[in-house]
Order: sequence, then C-alpha cells, then structure tokens
Amino acid sequence: MATAELSLQQEFHEYALRSPFKASWQKVMMWVFIVVDALTFGSLLVSYGFTRVSIGTWANPAEVFALHIGGKEIPLLLIAIMTFILVSSSGTMALAVANAYERKKKQTVLFLTLTMLLGLTFVGCQVYEWTHLIMHGTRPWWNPYGPPQFGAYFFTLTGFHGMHVLSGVIYLAIVARMVANGTLDRRGSYQLVEIAGLYWHFVDLIWVFIFTMFYLF
Amino acid sequence: METPNIAHAEAAVEAHHHEPQSFWTKYVFSQDHKVIAMQYMITALVMGFIGMVMSWLFRIQLAWPDHNLPFLRFLMPTNMESGTLQTPGYYMLVTMHGTIMIFFLLTAILTGGFGNFLIPLQVGARDMAFPFLNMLSYWFYFLSCVVVTISLFVSTGAASGGWTSYPPLSALAKATPGSGLGQDLWLVSIALFIVASTMGSLNYVTTALNMRAKGMTLMRMPLTVWGIIVAAVLGLFAFPALFAGAVLLLLDRHLGTSFFLPHLVLGGEHIVRDGGSPLLWQHLFWFLGHPEVYILILPAMGITSEILSNGARKPIFGYKVMVASLVAIAFLSFIVWGHHMFVSGMNPWLGFAFVITTLIIAIPSAIKTFNWLGTLWKGNIRFTTPMLYAIGFISTFVTGGLTGLFLGNSALDIPLHDTYFVVAHFHVVMGLSSVFGIFAGIYYWFPKMTGKMMSERWGKVHFWLTFIGSYGVFWTMHYLGFMGMPRRYYSYDSYQFLPPSMHTLQMIITISALIVGAAQFIFIVNFLGSWLRGKKAPDNPWQANSLEWQAPTPPPHGNWGPKLPEVHRWPYDYSVPGASADFVPQTVPVEVEPSGEHHSAAVAVNGHGHTNGHGNGHHA
Repeated sequence: MATAELSLQQEFHEYALRSPFKASWQKVMMWVFIVVDALTFGSLLVSYGFTRVSIGTWANPAEVFALHIGGKEIPLLLIAIMTFILVSSSGTMALAVANAYERKKKQTVLFLTLTMLLGLTFVGCQVYEWTHLIMHGTRPWWNPYGPPQFGAYFFTLTGFHGMHVLSGVIYLAIVARMVANGTLDRRGSYQLVEIAGLYWHFVDLIWVFIFTMFYLF
Repeated sequence: METPNIAHAEAAVEAHHHEPQSFWTKYVFSQDHKVIAMQYMITALVMGFIGMVMSWLFRIQLAWPDHNLPFLRFLMPTNMESGTLQTPGYYMLVTMHGTIMIFFLLTAILTGGFGNFLIPLQVGARDMAFPFLNMLSYWFYFLSCVVVTISLFVSTGAASGGWTSYPPLSALAKATPGSGLGQDLWLVSIALFIVASTMGSLNYVTTALNMRAKGMTLMRMPLTVWGIIVAAVLGLFAFPALFAGAVLLLLDRHLGTSFFLPHLVLGGEHIVRDGGSPLLWQHLFWFLGHPEVYILILPAMGITSEILSNGARKPIFGYKVMVASLVAIAFLSFIVWGHHMFVSGMNPWLGFAFVITTLIIAIPSAIKTFNWLGTLWKGNIRFTTPMLYAIGFISTFVTGGLTGLFLGNSALDIPLHDTYFVVAHFHVVMGLSSVFGIFAGIYYWFPKMTGKMMSERWGKVHFWLTFIGSYGVFWTMHYLGFMGMPRRYYSYDSYQFLPPSMHTLQMIITISALIVGAAQFIFIVNFLGSWLRGKKAPDNPWQANSLEWQAPTPPPHGNWGPKLPEVHRWPYDYSVPGASADFVPQTVPVEVEPSGEHHSAAVAVNGHGHTNGHGNGHHA
C-alpha cells in the first residue's frame, strides 16, 4: 500500500514537469480559464464600442458619475475611490500569496480576509452607484443622460464585473478556510492561494479596462 | 521552491484507490473519463437521431408539398394536424435540425465523446486532470439537451428563426410563434451548452499538456489528440463571443434593452426600441460560428489521419506538417467570420480582406489532403469499415472544400448567398465530413470501448448506403443552388424563375435522404447488437501502435493497472524496415525494434515510402 502510494505520488510529480509551461495542471487550467473569461469581457466591451460608434452620441460619464461634495461637483470621484480600493486589494492579495509561500498560516488568512473586505467594499460602492443612477431614472431601456444603450451597457458591464468580484470573494473565502483549517498543510502545498490570486488579479485588471473604456472615454 | 504536485498526488491516490462501487457512482454520476465518454456519445447520438427525423419531415414537405401523410401526425400533433407540415412547424424543424446537429450532436460527440475517451488513453494518463469538473461538464450538457428537447414541446413551438437566431426575429417575442418561449429556451440551452463545453475543454487541454506519460512528447501525440485539443482551444476562445451575445439577446428580450434592435414597425405598431444593430449579433454569432465549423472538422481530421495510417499500414505522411496545418486552420478560422456576412452590409474593402483570409484556408486544407493521399499512396490498404469511412471523409472534405472556394469569394457569394448551394456546401464539408469522421471513429474504437467487435459486413452496407445516399442528397442540391433556389423557404410554388424540373431534383434529394436515414437503422442495430452479443474483441484488433491499444480491453478504472506505460516512439511506426511485424507499438523500446520516427518524413518526401509491410516494397 505504502509503496503503491509512493509510486503514484512519483507519477503525478512527473506529470507537472511534462507540461510545456512547467506548471501544474491547476495553474494551466486557471490561465486558460482566464483567457476564456477575458474573451467574454472582450466580447462585451467590443459590443459596447460597436454600439457607441454606430449611435454617434453618448452620455458624458464625467457628469453622470460626479459626486456633489460641499456644493461642488467632482467628476468621477467615486470611481476613483473604487479603483483605488480594487487596486489595493491586488496588493493585499499579493501579500497573501507571498505569505502562503512562506507557509505563514496566520498572515495568509489575514491578508486573504483583507482582500475579501476590500472586494466587498468595492461591491458596496457599486451598489451605491447603481442605486444613485436608478434613483435618477436610469433603466436598462432608458436614462436621462444619453441614448438608452448607455444605461444598458452600464448595467451589463459593471454588473458582469461585480458578479466576478463577488464570486472572487466567495472563492477566496473557501481558500482562506482551507488555509485556516490546515487542509493545505495536509496537502503539502499552498499553490491554491496563488491560483486564487491569479483569478483575483485578473478581475482587477478587467476593471482597469472597464474604467478606461466606459468611464474615461 | 514549492512542490505543488504532492497535493495532486494525494487526491489522485485517493481517487485511484477507491474505485466507485455503487451503480450510481459507477454508471451515472461517474468521474471516470471512459464512462463520461459513453454518456456523451450516447446522448449525442440520441440527439442526432432526433435531428435526423426532423430533416425527414421537412424534406418530405419540400419534395411533395401537397402530400397528406396522416400517420406522421403522432410526431408533430400541433403542426401536422392534417398530415401536412404547416409553415411554423417547417421553420421550427429547419432551425432545430441545424441547432441540434451542430451543437448537440457534432460538437458534443467529437470533443465530449471522443475527447473524453481518447485523450487520457492516447497520452497515457489515468484519467482527466480534473475528473469532477469532467462529470459536471457532462451533466451541464445533459441539462442543455433536456432544455432544448423541452423547447420542442412548448405550445408556441421551438425557436424558428434559423440556427443563427438573427435578431429581430429572435429578439422580439411577437415576431413569429417560435420567437416566444421557444427562443428563450434555445438561448438558455445554448448558454448551458457553452458552460458544459468550456468545462470539458479546460480538461482536454490541460490533460494533454500535463498528464502525458513518460516519453510522450508533444510531437509523439497521435494526431487524434492534436485534432481534439486544437478544437478544444477553438471552442474555448470562440464560445465566449456567443455567450456574450446570448446574454445580451436575453436582456433585449426581457429587460427592454436595445442592443440588437433598431427602430422597427411590427404588425403596424412602432416598437419602443431604438439605436441597436442586428449586425452586432451577426458579428458576435459568426465570430463563434466560423471557428465552430472547425471545431467539428478538426477532430474528424485527426481521427481520419489516425485510421488512414493504420489502414494503409504506412506512417502518416508529414506528421509535423499535419500538426502545423491543424494549428494554421485554427488560427485562420478566427479572422474569416465576415465571409458569412457579405450581403449583410459591409464595406467592400473589408469584404475583400475577408475573401483573402478565407481563401488562404485552402492552403493548409490542401496540405492535409495531399498528406492523406500521400499516406494512402502505395499502402497495403485494409478496407475495413473504419478505413472506408476515413476515405469517405477525404472524398466529402474535398468535394465540400472545392465549393468553399466559390463561396469564399464575395463576387460569387453575393449571387449564391442563401441559396441551396450554400446548404449543399456546408453540409458536405462540415456536416458529412464530420459525420464520416465520427463513424470512422466509432467503428474503430468500439472494440476498445465495449470489448466487442462490430459487424464488418453490416458496417460496410451502412457505409455504402450512407456514402452514395449522401452524395445523392447534396450533389443534387448544388444544381438547385445554381438555379437560384433560396434556402429556408416553405413553398416554392410562386417563383417563376424556378423551372418545374426542380421538383424532380427535390424528390431525388428527399428519396436519397430517406435511404440514408434508413441506413442509420442498420448502424443502430449493429451498434446495440454488437455491444450485447458481438464477437469478443482482442486488445489490439487493428494492429495499431497508439497507447490505448496497449491497455486491456475494455480498460479498467485507472486504465493502466499498477504502472503507467512508457513511450519510446511516435504512434506511426507501420511497416518499419527491419521490424519483425508491420506495426511497432509506442511502448516498444527502440533497442528492441527500429523506429521510423525521425527519418520517415524525409523518406516520404523522396517518394520512397517503405510502404509494403512484407518487404516487397520499393527499395530506393
């Protein structure tokens, strides 16, 4: 029994080295998934560009997404804060991965939790933004700022991205639990944290594209 | 550094030491790639049967528009009340025939069925990289089949706007009867199918990249595996566009958005939508749609290459070029989608660019055809059923490929667009070829899957009826296309430019289609009968080299017993000079038997293939 298990371990250890990318299948799979997901977002963003160009007129995002503070209108303030939060969460995620490689259980869990909290704050800001726009009359089929497609793409793009952030938070919660209860210690590898990190950084990167193409243009 | 693989090892040890015992874990919610392959295959064949019956019904309508066949009423109670197919039923049938055949039969059986069975066995793995995800993939596929089948029974009928589901027909619930609930279920089932296909393809790609046995380098993988994983990558990269399109279309239908809807007047009423573009859907759809036809043809090409080499008892001609041309076709398939839209409204210069990229595909396709013929050249051909189907594949691929040169050219496509010529072209090059590849594969690997041999005699009868009958259907259809007969019409009575002789051609097509249909019952009986009481299959009935034939028949859970196979050569060492038999399995070390792995290509180029297995060949 023991020798059989050893030979199987050997077998699977060799498997990883056989990949042309010198990476485990879990990591290869996540990378391929990321490309697939990037193409899904890409299709939505290209559709957005197609529609916007073919309509010709569009809303002015600097006005739509401005915050009124002390009687002044500050364009894109909330979006700037949200972007800052999400980019910071990539920082804490990187720290979680670094600690995972050093097998520092407590710190890993701590930074994973911070990442999740930042992610939730981001989604909270998004909820505020949606509520704000809906209160001012924005609907998927109509909005006071520009052609109806402005609202439609706003809800679709940010909604699809927000869903990714939320799934990421759930994903990180599962990984954090596995770190905390010692599952990863028993497996002898913390690679799961790094793979979850790939997904999280990817979702952040997508935000940079949405931020640039939808809010800045 | 980390050694991440121990995690995997632990899971693997667990998985392989506990072979599932109960009926449910063994045959239903199985995580074994071979069981999942059978589930995929049988579900897909059942869906394909439904799709075929649909084609009979609308073919009967086209050949005998005034028929009255009350005995068919049980098939379609709501659209055939009088025994004659009604217009909405006709549109529903052509739409669902295309949808079911392309997605639920061909895509599913080639990647889900053959991919699942062959990838782990041919690369020497115990199972897929992520067996649980693999199981999930099948059940999502099953769910999508259930949804699409339910859509056939809703009171307003299934989707009927064509398999391409162009808006506005597909976006406005009141446009046609099938644009209601039927179209919603169509979109949901396609979305579920995309999820299933993505989960499956993630596994196929990572398994082939990471789980190869010792010595199985990428350039020693059988061409079947290459064909399947290149198709899997195509699916992974192309389906997201349709997924995004399906989501946007569902929003158009239910949340009042206007992504695809311009201002329209429907039944005298102005709809409250504006500013969207139906062309956007066409771009998203065909960005998937074109790679999709290569998803269907590349695995069939792989299967054909494998069987041709085995049946001709010769190394495959130009292995590296075969791999390169697969990859080249896959790459090109992403930059040609516009050739489906020449008449949709497109800048002629853009159309010109799409013509060029489309015609370039002829180069790798011709290279493949040349190499297949080079493989057959001076071979000791064994005309077994799988071999006949593989040769049939070359025939249909060439026939359909040649008409592709007509249609890829916008100057010719504009008059031929949406005629029967297009229907004939894509059925031959993508439908028939891929079906021939599938039949070749089923007859070839059936012994390994079930442990039984299929009847060769009935296999050959099945082949000849299918082959001749299919040409009867589609060769004839080209003439109708040249007459300018538009596709997708229910009735052709009121078109003066169509001569009365077209009725004769329509009847020839329908009769041939019914013969081909009848021939499939021979296959069904052969398949089921052989499985139940066929002759017991030896481990390597075709005297083949690739790894799956070195495993026990049928392969047990974990495939290889205690020790993984070790690979010493490529899978095409047939008729190697100096070897003791005309085939040398991949597991035989080079010290024991010589290998043609490294110089076979050069030999082939010189035209001096060591072709005859018994040493009486051409000596340079």
